[in-house]
Amino acid sequence: MKAILLKDIKLALRSGNGSGLAIAFFIVYALLVPLGVGSSIGLLEQLGHGVLWVGALLACLLTMDRIFRPDFDDGTLERIIAAPVPLEGVVAAKFVAHWVSTGVPLCLIAIPLCWLLNLPRLAEWPLLLSLVVGTPAISALGSLGAAVTIGLRRGNLLLSLLVLPLCIPTLIFGTLTAKSIAGATVTETPFLLLCAITLGSISMIPFASAYALRINLR
Amino acid sequence: MSLWEFANPNRFVRLADRWLPALWTLSALVLATGLAWGFYLTPDDAVQGSTVKIMFLHVPSALMAINGWIMMLIASLFWLIRRHHVSLLAARAAGPVGATMALIALFTGAVWGKPMWGTWWAWDPRLTSFLILFLFYLGYISLWEAIEDAESAADLSAIVCLVGSIFAVLSRYAVFFWSQGIHQGATLSLDRETNIHNAFYFPLLVSMAGFALLFITLVVFRTRTEISRKRTRVLLAGAVAK
Repeated sequence: MKAILLKDIKLALRSGNGSGLAIAFFIVYALLVPLGVGSSIGLLEQLGHGVLWVGALLACLLTMDRIFRPDFDDGTLERIIAAPVPLEGVVAAKFVAHWVSTGVPLCLIAIPLCWLLNLPRLAEWPLLLSLVVGTPAISALGSLGAAVTIGLRRGNLLLSLLVLPLCIPTLIFGTLTAKSIAGATVTETPFLLLCAITLGSISMIPFASAYALRINLR
Repeated sequence: MSLWEFANPNRFVRLADRWLPALWTLSALVLATGLAWGFYLTPDDAVQGSTVKIMFLHVPSALMAINGWIMMLIASLFWLIRRHHVSLLAARAAGPVGATMALIALFTGAVWGKPMWGTWWAWDPRLTSFLILFLFYLGYISLWEAIEDAESAADLSAIVCLVGSIFAVLSRYAVFFWSQGIHQGATLSLDRETNIHNAFYFPLLVSMAGFALLFITLVVFRTRTEISRKRTRVLLAGAVAK
């Protein structure tokens, strides 16, 4: 399992897994938003958190299909299922690798993007915190979507339709966390709820994903 | 007579054939009574005027959209746990019906909201969570349509329904956290003293019963169709194999 985790991270970092693409998408997206909505400072200050959160969510979506796809295409996945390791653990390793190769760079790149979008000073840290806590849940949900749609040739479209609604609670509490710490009224409730959703997702979704994989490879 | 007897599609089809005419008639009668009573025989509201009558479509369809998802969840669980073949097809049959109910609720809500709130749409928690429910329906239906192998499609959509239910409930509470609403709270309940005025209450109850009957009828009808479709597919596959 550790081997799978390390292999996936290595593969992702040495190109091929599209995580570079996701980061490029995130940057271009953040550049496009001011062009679309206007660049007055007050406006971007208000929108910034939400814009970056939605951007990170969409960027994660781009690479979700790659969580299982390469292994499915070359038949490795069938071997893994037959191997004497729990498939749930393998799924967990897979989405952790996805998070390390896509989620973490996105979180880091979000800081300069905060400056770019004229967010108030010190607003980047709450955003970073909420992204670091929230993106693992997105990766976990992505593993479910990827597992369900693995058998389809054009599963990518269906994947987004399935996964995006599942990400709504994470998105809501993520932006609320970023805003509530940055804003005048500091409350920790959204942050705690975000943590709860992430912990729940990463602990339970692997079972659903593994089940879906077993069905698809029956 | 137990639920498990109907895991045999033959039994289900026989029973459905016997009961469907009665179900169609009954739901048409109750629905017509409820709507006619609501539309023509109730007074206009003091504030809302005649727009209040949209309620007789809006509330029952919203109710059935939510109950439809719950029914799908229970049917999916029956399939996942005990491989109840008809229950699975009933879940598939309920998907588009529930989605249509959600669409009716959203549409009538918009028509009512324009004169009353001055807007077709507001980002109110109730409205938003209903839109999210509609999205979940869409995902569920398209998953069924996308996967060719019937058995895999059944298992996968059941698991998606299961996870989706958890996240639909989560989203519902999350959006209440996210924004304050302008939608009025619940004005109906079985155990409270004050409900809406009886002049509206009774026709509304009849409409709700009508929508529930319509939902059941449509689901039974569509389940029967699904069974026929499955049989046709098996026959065709057999013909090709020969």
